[in-house]
Amino acid sequence: MALSLKARNRARATLLTIGLTLGAVYAGGPAVWMLSNSLKPNGEVFDYPPRLIPETFTIEAYTRIFTSPDKLRFFLNSYVVALSVVALTLMVGILAGYALSRYNFPGKRALSSVIISIQAVPPITLLIPYFGLVVTLQLYDTYLALILTYMVATIPYSILMMTGYFNTLPRELDEAVKVDGGGSFRALWQVLVPVSVPGIIAVGTYTFMVAWNEYLFALTLTKNRDMRTVPVGIQLLMGEHSFEWSEMMAMSVLGCLPVLILFLFFQRQFIGGMADGAVKS
Amino acid sequence: MQLAKATQASSPDVAPPRQASRGRRFRTFAEPYAYLSPTIVVMAVMMAMPVVLVFGYSLFNNVVTTKHPKFVGLDNYVRLLTDPIFQTAAANTMVFTITSVVLHLLIGLGFAMMLNSVLLPRGVIAAYRMIYILPWVMTAAIVSILWQLMLNPNGVINFILQTVGLIDHKIEWLSSTNLALGSLTFINVWAGYPFFMISILAGLQGIPSDLYEAARVDGAGPLRRLWNITLPQLKPILLSMAMLDFIWNIQQFSLVWLTTGGGPINATETIGTYTYKLAFSKYEFSMSATSGVILFVASMVIALFYVRHQKGGE
Repeated sequence: MALSLKARNRARATLLTIGLTLGAVYAGGPAVWMLSNSLKPNGEVFDYPPRLIPETFTIEAYTRIFTSPDKLRFFLNSYVVALSVVALTLMVGILAGYALSRYNFPGKRALSSVIISIQAVPPITLLIPYFGLVVTLQLYDTYLALILTYMVATIPYSILMMTGYFNTLPRELDEAVKVDGGGSFRALWQVLVPVSVPGIIAVGTYTFMVAWNEYLFALTLTKNRDMRTVPVGIQLLMGEHSFEWSEMMAMSVLGCLPVLILFLFFQRQFIGGMADGAVKS
Repeated sequence: MQLAKATQASSPDVAPPRQASRGRRFRTFAEPYAYLSPTIVVMAVMMAMPVVLVFGYSLFNNVVTTKHPKFVGLDNYVRLLTDPIFQTAAANTMVFTITSVVLHLLIGLGFAMMLNSVLLPRGVIAAYRMIYILPWVMTAAIVSILWQLMLNPNGVINFILQTVGLIDHKIEWLSSTNLALGSLTFINVWAGYPFFMISILAGLQGIPSDLYEAARVDGAGPLRRLWNITLPQLKPILLSMAMLDFIWNIQQFSLVWLTTGGGPINATETIGTYTYKLAFSKYEFSMSATSGVILFVASMVIALFYVRHQKGGE
């Protein structure tokens, strides 16, 4: 009996490994193909039969990107925009989350409903008035236009997450500071924020991903090549030299890297936060 | 540590609170609004105003390009809803969205259940989880280029399918009017399932294991356990995810635009690409606003259910 159970579990584990491996080919195959082609000389990309391990291994595609100020500029722009959005969204989200978690005030329920539904507003609906607004405010083709835009997209989630996070922290924690005569701002800043670091990291990671990956507004609110972000830049290069596949793949690998690294470091906080935010907010 | 300090500080040896003065009362009343003010300002200027404007634009004959737009009431809506290309776009959007949501859910559930297994060592499972999340770290621009490379008639997908004998000639996945929408949906399914998978995985870990124990004692097989325990327990998560995903997919623009641009011959035109083209290649800003409003209303209807559902779950 015990032996048959063991044998059955072994059979199950084998089946599971087969299933997981098939799934991994579906899920990860394209990423491997991307990496593989970024390490081939361009002429080899459409070789038949296709080769997973490059016949001539070369990092030429990468060196070309790193020696081109034009292409590095796309990365610089993306970093400036994404990091600014993270900093500003966190500030705004923490303040609002604190208010929603610790105070009862008229309009609170309505406000949280509005914040939840804002996440459902289609970006493309806002595009035309937004374009006009950005031009009127003289922000067209500037970092600030993109930063403000992305904040609109990331603030609701950050508020919901931070509210949820603060709700899990006992009120005694920050009220003690107030009893001692400190203001609510001090209570928030000196007590709640330091213990909320995991939640803040989750929100920051999410915010960075949204800002790093956005395409529609990056396309329409910037004009000059030196204002373009990575997603638009990759597409620009694609249009100009659609034959340079290995370089496109190298750009793509580099474009994934920041998000992948963030994710590797913070996946636990992020996954926990993501699930909480989506399900319980 | 922080907690210990805090409880200590709140011990009763502090002075009893005095009657709050009027100024103090006002401050406590105003405080939450002060904390919310940056949010309210950003949202009012960058969200509420554009929404009001776009509704307004949709009621005029042409905005932005003409100096004196004329009020035309619901004419734009009539024009749009009777436009055959809009109808095609709407139909494509529904096919794309429903297929994507269903497959996201099925793949997400399947992968999450495999990853939740205790039969393999944790490290192995963790490695698989990293691989399964990979599509998610890619932006639409990258997903689009990568799949264009792979789905190229001379690309690796055709090679694999030919090698295993599933097809006998090279297929134009993205430039055939019959296959483009299916191929695009396939790409979208691949790019979007990790979100479901992660949320379901978190949900699975929250199901008390004694439920399964009890079912096992009662002699319930794996399918019965899935049907009678796992799915009912996951129901709130699955419903929330499905609604969110539905909203995201009817709005999908970037991936479609970057991969097929709505072509060939409108075969993959969706409401997103249609709205964008009206504005930025035909300069029909009012019509584009109208299309945007329709998308907005559709999204808000689902969002309403979503908010209700969230509140109900509290």
